[in-house]
Amino acid sequence: MNNHPILKSGFTLAIIAAVCTGLVAITWQLTNAHISANQQAWLERSLQPALSGLVFDNNVTESMITLQPPHGLPGSEAATIYRVYAGDRPVAALFLVTARDGYTGPIRVLVGINVNGSVTGVRVVEHRETPGLGDRIEANRSDWVLQFDGQSLHDPEPGGWAIKRDGGQFDQLTGASVTPRAVIKAIRETLQYFEANADTIFATRADADVQELD
Amino acid sequence: MPTSLANRFIDGLWRENPGLVQLLGLCPLLAVTGTFVNGLGLGVATMMVLMASNALVSMTRRWIQPEIRIPIYVLIIASLVTCIELIFKAWFPALDRTLGIFIPLIVTNCAIVARAEIFASRNTVASSILDGLVMGTGFACLLMAIGAFRELLGQGSIFSRMDLLLGGEPVLGIILTDGGWLLMVLPPGAFFSLALAIAAKNAIDRRHREKRGTLSRRPRLLNR
Repeated sequence: MNNHPILKSGFTLAIIAAVCTGLVAITWQLTNAHISANQQAWLERSLQPALSGLVFDNNVTESMITLQPPHGLPGSEAATIYRVYAGDRPVAALFLVTARDGYTGPIRVLVGINVNGSVTGVRVVEHRETPGLGDRIEANRSDWVLQFDGQSLHDPEPGGWAIKRDGGQFDQLTGASVTPRAVIKAIRETLQYFEANADTIFATRADADVQELD
Repeated sequence: MPTSLANRFIDGLWRENPGLVQLLGLCPLLAVTGTFVNGLGLGVATMMVLMASNALVSMTRRWIQPEIRIPIYVLIIASLVTCIELIFKAWFPALDRTLGIFIPLIVTNCAIVARAEIFASRNTVASSILDGLVMGTGFACLLMAIGAFRELLGQGSIFSRMDLLLGGEPVLGIILTDGGWLLMVLPPGAFFSLALAIAAKNAIDRRHREKRGTLSRRPRLLNR
């Protein structure tokens, strides 16, 4: 091999690339277990608000169904359903859906629905709404999102599933009406989906991790 | 502290502050400084990358042909940022969720390539690490100052959500008023705050020079 400058440069680049890849690989090895534990813990913690007050005995995070679009739930990306059972008896279903019509992009919403059709809890999981205005849909910024607890599709009447300004019965947020509208619409559509598909959702117990629904 | 060391710190924090004077790394500076804690988190992450990249660039400076130095800087910086991102995901998961998309952007922070090129590629390892420390500190201080300013005016609070860094229960911080001047939290507020900071620095420098009667001396722009 001669000492052609291009060969030399290529050799140096290759060595540095290998060392850098090694560095990333080692860091990944050291952090990987922590990261997956964090993700699992975060998932469990974020489902918690929709589970409070329920009596159940299955591992909720493992009873997941992933629905690929089109699925009839709000949002055009995959939706996730976590099923909650006590023994063989269905207790509730938690939906992770996407409200498409937020002010600045999609809003990921967790909607818990009791088997009798009432809301067990709603949390906004991810959003990019305006700080100080639309971000009050977060539970740690205001209690706006708590007003849905215990409501169901027929109580209030379907027309009531809107903010007061639109003739509905839910509070709006001062200075923001697009954001609450989007969230309320997503909850209402999730309730409608649940009413139409509850039997299919609960048909098989938590055995199959991923399955397709119609 | 020996004067040279003190001088280096004054350079990084004031005279050659990467954000205020060199105007480098404005993308993260403007994007994350909505609150104090975000500024602190990204500031510390940038400082860690800057110190490590300066160290690696300085260590390898004798073997690297000048023609390929830039791809090598990019390789080193990209790997370090990936490592930092993994570390944040593992040990500061909550902060990672807030800063998440900005951490990979450290790669595009030209302050880091600039320090590699201007300083680390022609100085000893120890001196380069010190450079990363002082420049990183200067950048982090600016991020924190702007973050605190915008949080104060925009949300009427300070030090909110410090739990993202320190762990524990959600902290709402010191709330002075309920709500604030929304504009300051939005992107324009970042530009206004940075402009005010630069103007304040220039005003202080000018007053200082007038007092000393050396108005003719121009501020240095970059390290040689």
